[in-house]
Amino acid sequence: MLSRVAERLYWMSRYVERAENTARMIKSFNVMTLDMPRSVQLSWRGLVSVTGTDAIFNEHYQRDDERNCVKFLIADAYNPGSVLSTLRAARENVRTTRDLVPTEAWEVVNELYIFARDNVESGINKRARFEFLSEIVQRCQTLGGLVAGCMSHDSAFDFICLGRSIERADMTSRQIDAGAVQLLIGKDDPQPHEGLLWTTVLRAQSGFQMYRQHVKRRINGVDVVRFLLQDTLFPRAVAHSVAQAEAALGRLPHNDIPLRLAVQARRHVLEADVEKLIVAEELHDFIDVVQTEIGDIHDAIVQCWFPQAVATA
Amino acid sequence: MSIDWRSYDPTPFYDELIASKGKPRGPSRHLTDYLSSLDDAEIQARKKAAELAIVEMGISFTIYSEGENIDRAWPFDIIPRVIPRREWRAVEAGLVQRLTALNMFINDIYNGQRIVKDKIVPEYVFANSRNFRKQCLGITPPHGVWAHICGSDLVRDKDGTIYVLEDNLRVPSGVSYMLENRQVTKRVFPELFENSSILPVDEYPAQLFDMLASISPRPQDYPTVAVLTPGIFNSAYFEHSYLAQRMGAHLVEGADLVVGDDDCVYMRTIDGLARVDVIYRRIDDEFMDPEAFNPESMLGVRGLMRAWRNGKVGLANAPGSGVADDKVIYAYVPAMIKYYLDQDPIIPNVPTYLCVNDDDREYVLAHLEDLVVKPANESGGYGMLVGPHSTKKQRAEFAQLISKDPRNYIAQPTLALSVAPTLCEEGLEPRHLDLRPFILQGVRTDVTAGGLTRVAMRKGSLVVNSSQGGGSKDTWIVDEEA
Repeated sequence: MLSRVAERLYWMSRYVERAENTARMIKSFNVMTLDMPRSVQLSWRGLVSVTGTDAIFNEHYQRDDERNCVKFLIADAYNPGSVLSTLRAARENVRTTRDLVPTEAWEVVNELYIFARDNVESGINKRARFEFLSEIVQRCQTLGGLVAGCMSHDSAFDFICLGRSIERADMTSRQIDAGAVQLLIGKDDPQPHEGLLWTTVLRAQSGFQMYRQHVKRRINGVDVVRFLLQDTLFPRAVAHSVAQAEAALGRLPHNDIPLRLAVQARRHVLEADVEKLIVAEELHDFIDVVQTEIGDIHDAIVQCWFPQAVATA
Repeated sequence: MSIDWRSYDPTPFYDELIASKGKPRGPSRHLTDYLSSLDDAEIQARKKAAELAIVEMGISFTIYSEGENIDRAWPFDIIPRVIPRREWRAVEAGLVQRLTALNMFINDIYNGQRIVKDKIVPEYVFANSRNFRKQCLGITPPHGVWAHICGSDLVRDKDGTIYVLEDNLRVPSGVSYMLENRQVTKRVFPELFENSSILPVDEYPAQLFDMLASISPRPQDYPTVAVLTPGIFNSAYFEHSYLAQRMGAHLVEGADLVVGDDDCVYMRTIDGLARVDVIYRRIDDEFMDPEAFNPESMLGVRGLMRAWRNGKVGLANAPGSGVADDKVIYAYVPAMIKYYLDQDPIIPNVPTYLCVNDDDREYVLAHLEDLVVKPANESGGYGMLVGPHSTKKQRAEFAQLISKDPRNYIAQPTLALSVAPTLCEEGLEPRHLDLRPFILQGVRTDVTAGGLTRVAMRKGSLVVNSSQGGGSKDTWIVDEEA
């Protein structure tokens, strides 16, 4: 397949995954705010930080209240990571690779973008926000289902898997980091509502139910971090996502460098002693390294298969 | 309020569905009866459904406006246009005859110019043509065919005669819309397909692929075929990607291709370079290869012309085909048919005045009010003067243009283009239309069953181009005997 097409499919998949993750995150935070006693101050700003877009936010807003943060995360065109921006980018990428993805997949992405564009106001307003975000998540999932069910498992499929896995690993690690920084660092006593906050982190990855089934212990920071970081069965856990990327990489030609990096990253994640990292207050640094490793896999994919690499070869 | 055919009056024009007020033509009776059985709310619901389907299926075209490219939903009228199969058979034969002669002409122009030596066509006609490519002299592509894909515009006059208005031999577009219009109509009026024999149109992508495969330099079962597009900003990008998808071909941009030292064309893939056998190029000649043509082109592939000349890649349409896509050459097509095939033209030309001839020019300048004046080398309906709808000032401008560069202008009588019932803001109204069938020529020649019907949505307008407010209709070739 064409290098240019591989690149567009990879990004299409990353963008859709990013939109889904952002929608899930806002949704779960939204649910939590309803449970919290009024005395507890919640910062929506934390969600902006998770997506790594603080600088852009500061450029456009003075106040980081709920409305501004949610609008920024869902609708703003100048935030390249907003749900609407990522869906637009995803649509452009499928539009230019329509010849390779199943027609229904194009239609799903096209309709998804149109839905988001036409209903974005209801996502910003509190009343219809839950329905709006649920619909976004569901439609993103429809794409995943179509790709899994209707597309030959060829290289195009592998690049779609790759984009999804890399994005997922990245996002989950960011959320662990955010949760950890907020809750664990430098605090000797358990924080009030800590259980609720960790539940929110789990819910943001739809991991609450799976955690209950597989971990079987009450919600606590160490176990949640371990689950989201190291679980090999939960599809949104970092270790699992990297393993998925590894499998896709294994099927592609000339894969030596990116594959080696993925194997290393997965091992690194699995070998970590989460409890020790938390006690020694080294979790944040550790996650930083993991994020760099994920970034390195991405760079190697770019180098290996995407157009600019070929052009200089 | 439902559709009442007694209140629909196409006079003074020929109507494609209605013979005279209240009297549908035989082949369209099934359709008109059905439509009058629907009430107004039902018709509006079908119209809405079609609009929704078009947005969901992402059928769009791109226009450039105010410094921006805008992706617009494809304009579509839900009421189909009907042509009886008996009539279509003759049109089909006429189109095959015409393209066969045109290809013989192009091959002759680049190899010996027998038709000039025999004084059938004067030399100036192609020597000054903007689309004549001296780089093509001496080349004979596979099967002697240059223009593999042709879109000819047909119009019907007041008395029902069908004329060829022009032949598009460069990169004709619209076929994907023909295919999608049918898909939409099937969604909107499924009942109508159950009880009538409407010829299917969806064989086209397979026929296109087979034709392209037939010009592969490496005769084999599965040649690598690519569609070369200028990119996402081209107004026909939707079609490029649509056809690539339907054929299972690669959709490539210039930067994806490279010509090797062995003169073969390769595409850059994730597995390194892979050879391409046939390219269906949707880029104009001039931009195709900066080495051979416009050195400024960013869209093309350096060395593509060299690869083609050396028989290492098939190109459709062949470079230089546009020489016959010229409104002055058009005037000579009936003579060509006679000269190469010794046949009479089956579909007539619209009478054409060549401004380069003194007599013709004198007549044109004296009758600008009644004529349509067209530049010889433009397409898309640009740079035209429609006499009866023009102002005095416009006519004066054109008189000057013609006197300055007579070779570049032709004139034709204003035809009273046929109309068909069209769902407009005001209700059901007659609107002018044309028809663009597509003809494929390789080892064999295939004609689409019908084609793309384009309709001028504004009352009285004759301009059907989608870039200028035109719409489209599904076109049914109905077999009454089946």
